[in-house]
Amino acid sequence: MKLLRWLLGLLFIAAFLYGNFFIYDGLILYKLINVILFCVVFVLYRVLFGPTAADRIVAVDIMGILIVGLLAILGLVYEQSFFMDIGLIWALLSFIASLAFAKVLEGRYLDD
Amino acid sequence: MTRELIGMIFILLGIMFDFFGVLGLVRLPDVYNRLQAATKCVTFGSAGILFGVFIIQGFNNFGFKVILGIVFIFLTSPVSAHAISRAAHRSKIPLAKESVVDQYQEDNELKD
Amino acid sequence: MKIQQRSRIYVFIFSFLVWIALTSITDIQEVIAGLLVAVLVSIVAGKFLITSEKSGHIFKRILSLIHYLFKFLWEMAKANLHVAFIVIHPSLPIKPGIVKIKTNLTKDSAITVLTNSITLTPGTLTVDVNLETKEIYVHWIDVLSTDVDKNTKTIGGKFETLLTEVFE
Repeated sequence: MKLLRWLLGLLFIAAFLYGNFFIYDGLILYKLINVILFCVVFVLYRVLFGPTAADRIVAVDIMGILIVGLLAILGLVYEQSFFMDIGLIWALLSFIASLAFAKVLEGRYLDD
Repeated sequence: MTRELIGMIFILLGIMFDFFGVLGLVRLPDVYNRLQAATKCVTFGSAGILFGVFIIQGFNNFGFKVILGIVFIFLTSPVSAHAISRAAHRSKIPLAKESVVDQYQEDNELKD
Repeated sequence: MKIQQRSRIYVFIFSFLVWIALTSITDIQEVIAGLLVAVLVSIVAGKFLITSEKSGHIFKRILSLIHYLFKFLWEMAKANLHVAFIVIHPSLPIKPGIVKIKTNLTKDSAITVLTNSITLTPGTLTVDVNLETKEIYVHWIDVLSTDVDKNTKTIGGKFETLLTEVFE
């Protein structure tokens, strides 16, 4: 049963990678951005169906760091440096947000 | 030309590690294990992507923003992982059933 | 008092250099705005950079810092390969648990760097620090033993000697 689920997941990922790298016709950087968006789909699965609140907080924190990498590649595509400004601000805000969520989960107030 | 090739290799490696980290976020059994896999792999992967972008761009203002992003990710992501794991343990989220030992729980019970 | 002023001056120079690097300067107005922001930052948050006089030779400390960084990057690459192996394996070979280790470092900054390095190296994640008894609680993905001294050597021993040279 466990092995069957593993094989199904492998098939799903392999189908995505084949379609992305061999069928889809675009710049190589666009293909890499598609891989990161596929990762974000997995993270959203954990946000929606995470059994506890801590799982959701972990997923949101991880998504912030993934988005920073995505914005760096996007800046490389358009040859504009302001995408990295957005990335820095996003990293800062997701850090503060995960600290605040952790404090709320612990049962304390923010000025404690 | 060679500079762009080396940068693309770093970006590819980074995206590979990002993908493994997100896979760990989906597959592993409890919050602490998920936090381990996700924090390590996604931090290293995003830093790899940013370093590849820095190699392609060189020392202009885009490059400096990317370097600032790398330093920021390396400083903040372990701190938020630490805060989330401590909050999860204090709000009594149990460890997975495969776990062997919990010396933190033992010491807290001695104190009370 | 003396130390605080020196710390503020260092913060001012550092933040002004970062401003120059981020905005490729084209106009005198940008320089003036950068000076104002740097003064503001050094007044508000300047006293936290240096808090005590350091002893020892500066070049020796920088050399051991570089040695530490390279060792840290190597350990981190190993950690990522380890996690990738666990994640793709069909039956998830893990044996998790929370163990306790001891540390001899005294300064807050040194302990922070040690716990961050523990979090980013193979199979370990810092959960809590007890500053009175100098104990660190570590979540370990593959528990080998429950003995405190042995675990101290395997988890924290790699970085602790180098960090003692850098920070103390």
